[in-house]
Amino acid sequence: MDKFTRLEGLVAPLDRANVDTDAIIPKQFLKSIKRSGFGPNLFDEWRYLDHGEPGQDCSNRPLNKDFVLNQPRYQGAQILLARENFGCGSSREHAPWALLDYGFRAVIAPSFADIFFNNCFKNGILPIVLDADDVDRLFKETAASEGYRLTVDLERQLVTTPGGHSISFEVDHFRKYCLLNGFDDIGLTLQHAEKIKAYEEQRRQTEPWVFTNA
Amino acid sequence: MSAQTLYDKLWQSHVVHTEPDGTALLYIDRHLVHEVTSPQAFEGLRLAGRKPWRAASILAVPDHNVPTTGLPKEQAGVQLSEAAEKIYQRWFKSIEDPIARLQVETLDQNCTEFGITEFRMGDVRQGIVHVIGPEQGATLPGMTVVCGDSHTSTHGAFGALAHGIGTSEVEHVLATQCLLQKKSKAMLVRVEGVLGKGVTAKDIALAVIGQIGTAGGNGYAIEFGGAAIRALSMEGRMTLCNMAIEAGARAGMVAVDDTTINYIKGRPFAPKADLWDKATAYWRTLVSDQGAHFDALVELDGAAIKPQVTWGTSPEMVTTVDGKVPDPLAEADAVKRSGIERALAYMGLQANTPIIEIAVDKVFIGSCTNSRIEDLRAAAAIARGKRKATNVKQVLVVPGSGLVKQQAEQEGLDKIFVEAGFEWRDPGCSMCLAMNADRLEPGERCASTSNRNFEGRQGQGGRTHLVSPEMAAAAAIAGHFVDVRELMSEVK
Repeated sequence: MDKFTRLEGLVAPLDRANVDTDAIIPKQFLKSIKRSGFGPNLFDEWRYLDHGEPGQDCSNRPLNKDFVLNQPRYQGAQILLARENFGCGSSREHAPWALLDYGFRAVIAPSFADIFFNNCFKNGILPIVLDADDVDRLFKETAASEGYRLTVDLERQLVTTPGGHSISFEVDHFRKYCLLNGFDDIGLTLQHAEKIKAYEEQRRQTEPWVFTNA
Repeated sequence: MSAQTLYDKLWQSHVVHTEPDGTALLYIDRHLVHEVTSPQAFEGLRLAGRKPWRAASILAVPDHNVPTTGLPKEQAGVQLSEAAEKIYQRWFKSIEDPIARLQVETLDQNCTEFGITEFRMGDVRQGIVHVIGPEQGATLPGMTVVCGDSHTSTHGAFGALAHGIGTSEVEHVLATQCLLQKKSKAMLVRVEGVLGKGVTAKDIALAVIGQIGTAGGNGYAIEFGGAAIRALSMEGRMTLCNMAIEAGARAGMVAVDDTTINYIKGRPFAPKADLWDKATAYWRTLVSDQGAHFDALVELDGAAIKPQVTWGTSPEMVTTVDGKVPDPLAEADAVKRSGIERALAYMGLQANTPIIEIAVDKVFIGSCTNSRIEDLRAAAAIARGKRKATNVKQVLVVPGSGLVKQQAEQEGLDKIFVEAGFEWRDPGCSMCLAMNADRLEPGERCASTSNRNFEGRQGQGGRTHLVSPEMAAAAAIAGHFVDVRELMSEVK
């Protein structure tokens, strides 16, 4: 996993609440057995006018010009601004894989769905929860000035606007530590292997039926 | 010790280690695996030179991509055997989409390589992962259950702590038998009273989501309690816990009682003989203590719940069957108003249209929410001796597993459906998410017993209305939504 420390990037505003993971990456692309290559199909049904299928060359597909990510001013965006309950629905990790492959490294919203939120951290994407009022202000500022960029500093837990206004955000200490260092958490967990074995042994005594095979 | 919630008990009994910030390593008892969210996890495991920590904890099944037609007739009663293998080979070739076929094949290979029990296509025990786990007794009270699928919350119906995880977490559980998790807050959804005739667990679920919203349960584990919940069958409790994720809660659960224990008894993975007594004695402690603290309380009067129908593109966009499509002009909040406008445009609906005037093109009875035997019986009771309306192009009835299918056929339900013009299919996820060939065409409107009415969920441009199996069958017969309660007084 890539480290996440500090990001200064262009902001793209997606002004909808309850954006679900079916919208982020539609089901037909879930048939892939790989982790990469989902970027061209991010928001596929909103982004293109035709129906997309896996393995298709997306460069010649008709674009929905009204969709925000197709507007020239938002090309190259690395920070996605969204509304309440972003990433709800299916647990598909293909959603953060698609966001990452497209180029997003941070998503800012008033709230996220739990599984999606968690999946982001496993892939070096920082989901940032800010007050609805702050998010609203960022939407207005993004709309008002082309080329609007934000700075995200994970170490200091701050989002800073071009005007120098800083907004602090919360992040779990353990998640921050993993993200700052780009740690593979399986490796970290296996440092506790002896503890896991001891726990397992004790449960085998108290609840043996949990360990019986099919 | 102070009074504990069911969630406290399940959590505490599985903590292996806690980081200073409260992040815990939670031991996982049962890991369910399907073909869509596991290939990258197995690949990661292989690349790191790791093996599953406890392969016996894993039960795998292909369900999302499998076709629901073409299963050879000899399947009945067949379990993993040479005969099943032959059936499997034949049916397997009927997956026309080569990418989907590769995914199912990859699951088979991974399970063979790592010594994991898998119910392959063609095995009578194959079906939707959230149907077969409980059906086999692989889901037991007091367990932690995970699966790379958000509807894993279903298994909480057994007094288990069950939640959906992403693929990285699937790999983490494969490699370590643990999940990194922070404890959620506890919410009690209490439904007292007696449900009216024709009102089901699905209606409770949709009514709760209508009340608290799809983000209402974010950060919470929900326990469903109260007289109306205790009166539900296990099938009903599974339907309810299944939809907890649609309320934003990663886990839903119901306390253990006689209904739970009676359901489990005699199932293949369930404890036997002496262990059974020991297990049930422990399971009976899996209830919230009197006076236990919940961070949030939501109360509903079961007697006041009516059949529910969603009208929009999020499960919270729901009303009662005697209601109307809402008017965005009546919504004060700007973000919500634009959400309603966008949903009505997508759904092709006019504000203030009575729900019962909405005609449907297709009907889907199935999914991990509503494809168990009780659901099929309920739909059959409505369809018996009737015929689908001429404007309804297709009615799919997709049982949740091969065993559910077998049971339904023993009861003659298949004949009722076929005589009504419904299609009796083979088990799988089918048109809940339309990864296989079963889907809506653009603009088609569907009464569906599934769990999500998101844009494009059942096929690009498809329009989904979530309802109970009774309401879906009634819509198939009438050609539009009807109040199933009126129909039921005719039936009996």
